[in-house]
Amino acid sequence: MSSMHNGNVAVVGAAETTGLGTLPEMSMIELHAEAARNALADAGLAPSDIDGIATAGPLPMEVSHHLGITPRWLDGTMVGGCSFMLHVRHAAAAIAAGAATTVLITHGESGLSRVGMDRQSGLVTDTASGQFELPYGALMPFANFTVPALRFLHDRGMGRTDLAEVAVAQREWAMLNPRALRRKPVTVGEVLEARPIAYPFTRDMCCVITDGGGALILTTAGRAADLPAAARAVYLLGSGEASEAPIMSQMEDVGSFGAFRRASAEAFATAGVTHADIDHLMCYDAFAHLPLYMLEDLGFVGRGESGAFVASGATRPGGTLPMNTNGGGLSYTHTGMYGMFAIQEAIRQLRGEAPAQVRGARVSFVQGVGMYFGAAGSLIFASEKP
Amino acid sequence: MADGIIPTPTPETAPYWAAATAGRLSIQRCLACGRHYFYPRSFCPRCQSADVEWTDVSGRGRLISYIINYRPFPCTHGAAPQVIALVELEEGVRMLTNIVGSPAEPEALPLDAPVSVEFEPRGELKVPVFRLDPVLPLDAVR
Repeated sequence: MSSMHNGNVAVVGAAETTGLGTLPEMSMIELHAEAARNALADAGLAPSDIDGIATAGPLPMEVSHHLGITPRWLDGTMVGGCSFMLHVRHAAAAIAAGAATTVLITHGESGLSRVGMDRQSGLVTDTASGQFELPYGALMPFANFTVPALRFLHDRGMGRTDLAEVAVAQREWAMLNPRALRRKPVTVGEVLEARPIAYPFTRDMCCVITDGGGALILTTAGRAADLPAAARAVYLLGSGEASEAPIMSQMEDVGSFGAFRRASAEAFATAGVTHADIDHLMCYDAFAHLPLYMLEDLGFVGRGESGAFVASGATRPGGTLPMNTNGGGLSYTHTGMYGMFAIQEAIRQLRGEAPAQVRGARVSFVQGVGMYFGAAGSLIFASEKP
Repeated sequence: MADGIIPTPTPETAPYWAAATAGRLSIQRCLACGRHYFYPRSFCPRCQSADVEWTDVSGRGRLISYIINYRPFPCTHGAAPQVIALVELEEGVRMLTNIVGSPAEPEALPLDAPVSVEFEPRGELKVPVFRLDPVLPLDAVR
């Protein structure tokens, strides 16, 4: 058995749904299917080539049967928006162990139009969240995920301007991406003056809400070399996953997420690379405070330095650490589980096919978060097999 | 927010909700390691001891973080902004809650402000919420 890391497993297919944004003509399961069929076409593979399936939202067999695939390996890991980071990691382990050869990972969500999404509409009031969060109105993401931010900012002498700088930096990337939903130039002042959603957050500090999907196909590096699109293969160098509490109030430290620290440390360790090796960074940004937490918890900057780092332009086009180069959840798209789109952008960048291409991007770090401050997944990809 | 979501107690959490409904904040303490913990469960999550007890606590704490939600749920037309906050009790446990009795404005809600518990009716239960302690005028301090 070879290592699941070190480039032994490759992404050979990666695609999003053809449309993105407002798609009321498609149900959730059809968004999965279209993304999967686009990824199969991208890889030059047929459904019969797939022997493993992973998804979050619907059950794995709902997706595989819909597509006419008979899997011998299934993964329904559901930890919210970073589920797909964990799927990549689990698929790599399965492929390295011989439990699967070619794995399809799908995401589809009718996050805006809510077509075929009925399973998620019921309020559950007897879980930890149902008893200790929902009675206080902390139901919607903007009324829960956002609550720790003020403490993070306060303890670092930072403020709302630091949140606004994140939104502005990512809008600069979105302006270069025709598929991004929010593409209008915006200033820090305009972000601060935008419609308040949940103080300290205004509209532009919160993600867009869209319909869409994406899919990935992973196989062995050996098999990737035999495919027509071998030159476009992207290799998994390292990965990590971690979790903390099922309700936000129980996170160990309000100003730093242990799951970010642990998952990213394992990704760096398994990849055998350092921060200086990272050319491109994706930080799951449902809200503007998350890239600030991640920059610090992943160790790209020191404690309290994230705001100044973003404000310096380091993460913008032309900066030293290009971050969220599709525009991110704040400006590109956010179906409800954004992790798949963060991975898609990393693959595009490493293939040299991104709308806002970072010149010479060879190693990309992707950080996901799920179930608010519940779980985390980290992936490190490279354009070449080490 | 008397029309908010009504929690459904489970066997492990029933004593918490019964106490709250009677106007007491009661949380669990581990008799083996001596520490309080939250949310309710049948054993101590730190030392794994099942030797735990329910204890009424003072209900005093401090404001750790918050948002002012301008789109409160349920989305009643014209609903006033709601303060959703993290409060840390003197006993060391942290809870999500609402801050009541203060204007929903950042100037009125300084972090680390001392807060005290009170109880709001919710269906046949009551839920713990918190209010900022009154700031004593300088004369009273002197």
